[in-house]
Amino acid sequence: MRAFRILLAHELRMLLVSPATYIAATLFLLVMGFVFAGILETFAAAPQEGSPAAVFFQLFWIPVFFMVPLLTMKSLAEERRLGTLETLLTAPVTTPQIVLAKFFAAYALYLGLWACTGGFFYILHWFSGAAQGPDLAPLIGGYLFIAVSGTLFVAIGILASALTRNQAVAGILAFVLLLALVIGTRFTATLEVLKLDHLAGLRAAVDYLQVFTHLEDFTRGVVDTRQVLYYLSGSALALILGILGVEAKLLHS
Amino acid sequence: MSDAATATSSPAASPAIVVRDLVKTYAGHPAVRGVSFEVAQGEIIGLLGPNGAGKSTTLRILTGFLPATSGQVTVCGVDVAANPSEVKTRLGYMPENNPLPEDMRVGEYLHLRGRLKGLTRRKLAPRLDEVVHLCDLGRVRDRIIGKLSKGYRQRVGIADAILAEPPLIIMDEPTIGLDPHQILAVRDLISSLRGRMTVLISSHILPEIEVTCDRVLIINQGRVVATGAPAELRRDFFGHGHYEIELAGPLEHIPAALADVHPGLALVSTSPADSAGFVALRLTAPADAPDLREALVHALARGGRFRLRALGRSRHTLEEVFLAATQTREQGARSREQGAEMSTAPSPSSFPAPRS
Repeated sequence: MRAFRILLAHELRMLLVSPATYIAATLFLLVMGFVFAGILETFAAAPQEGSPAAVFFQLFWIPVFFMVPLLTMKSLAEERRLGTLETLLTAPVTTPQIVLAKFFAAYALYLGLWACTGGFFYILHWFSGAAQGPDLAPLIGGYLFIAVSGTLFVAIGILASALTRNQAVAGILAFVLLLALVIGTRFTATLEVLKLDHLAGLRAAVDYLQVFTHLEDFTRGVVDTRQVLYYLSGSALALILGILGVEAKLLHS
Repeated sequence: MSDAATATSSPAASPAIVVRDLVKTYAGHPAVRGVSFEVAQGEIIGLLGPNGAGKSTTLRILTGFLPATSGQVTVCGVDVAANPSEVKTRLGYMPENNPLPEDMRVGEYLHLRGRLKGLTRRKLAPRLDEVVHLCDLGRVRDRIIGKLSKGYRQRVGIADAILAEPPLIIMDEPTIGLDPHQILAVRDLISSLRGRMTVLISSHILPEIEVTCDRVLIINQGRVVATGAPAELRRDFFGHGHYEIELAGPLEHIPAALADVHPGLALVSTSPADSAGFVALRLTAPADAPDLREALVHALARGGRFRLRALGRSRHTLEEVFLAATQTREQGARSREQGAEMSTAPSPSSFPAPRS
């Protein structure tokens, strides 16, 4: 536990002193700012259903597909490529401690970046001059969804990084896995095969995996513990596989 | 104190490292095949071997980084396979090529390493100053590691290894890529650890090992082919039997004079005479012959036939020992393959026959 704390503090510190973090943060806020401005324009042009916040969170996949692989691809792949994993593991440190420290550092950065987008809603509220405050419910739901689903997305990124020593491969692998998770399940749900009666169980399972459905529930204020459990258990699984990946690479190096 | 540590009756007197029948195969390809050795506490021992001999693999298994395929490894009384985390607190390790994070400052990195190795902040600060001074890193303490020269990087690795004052230090090729001044500095640094810590270093730079180490372990093709102090190894492999003489006089009388000293003494080579008329001779004696230097001086200086200028036993460098040890082994392996039906394989740690 002590080693984990030291490693996590070290990882967070390295993120804070790294220029790459600030460049990534700036670009992220730039992209999300454009997205937000675009949403506001459509809302200004014609009346829409739902709130701008709900539509904004609908586009969560843009940063997920690009930011998560970029944030996590370096973590373990770089350590292995440089060989610093060997120095780390010959200190009194275990593989789970290293992987978890990397995960929580990346997750903290992911949350931090999203937290910055809270500024958009504040600015909107400030300039609109509305007497009453913004509708907080979809905001809280949306950020809760980001926080909960983020564990799984970041864990998948860490898993991809654990499987290779090449950062680019780790990044692409993370991208593909996230794509399969978010978009792939959506396509699977539309397959004609699943409409057969005796595959009803499978269809229910695929529906249950719909990330977009989870998002809608969260922004409507419905927090389903099954969904929370899905993300938490999924991230636990990805992290365990990541730890095993690192150790297997050592065994067969 | 863990159970494993207290299980041995007196850890202070137990050997620092015990390796028994260590075998490591990578996907069926053997890297280490039955290595056994012991290292006493406080000893500085050098692991020698050509590239691919299994040095790094052996060291990595010692640190608990790699699991062994079979065999037993005990470090400071703790079984590595059963209790790797306990072993890691007892050793400082510098891997081959000394990997370091590129984007940290030297002071920061050593601070992190010290904290990871269990030093408290209060203890770490003075120890960090001490280590930085010892490794002469004061000037680069606030520099980024990625921008340091090779020599400084190497010293950062050594500083990291000795930081927590572990009883055992393992360094894989600590002097590779250093200039002669830096090699001297590293050598002094290692010598300064003598008596306080057990040091195991691997190298294929032989003069290094010869100067620093109390004992040498030569590994070839995954087996220990020779072990002992450099002087012992020289004697075991070459005997007393090589002499170099410089003299002037009638060369045709030399064989007779030599036969008087020892019947087995043979003239190997004669150099052309130099401007003063002296020739250099190389002699060999059988391996079982005693030290013949005194007898030679008497025989050659007597009677005034020869003018003797110099006489000495030729000193074999560790390099020659190394070549002999690794070659004998290869030849041995070849002959064993030819006589495939041999019932008793030679024990891995046995000495090869001295080359005559």
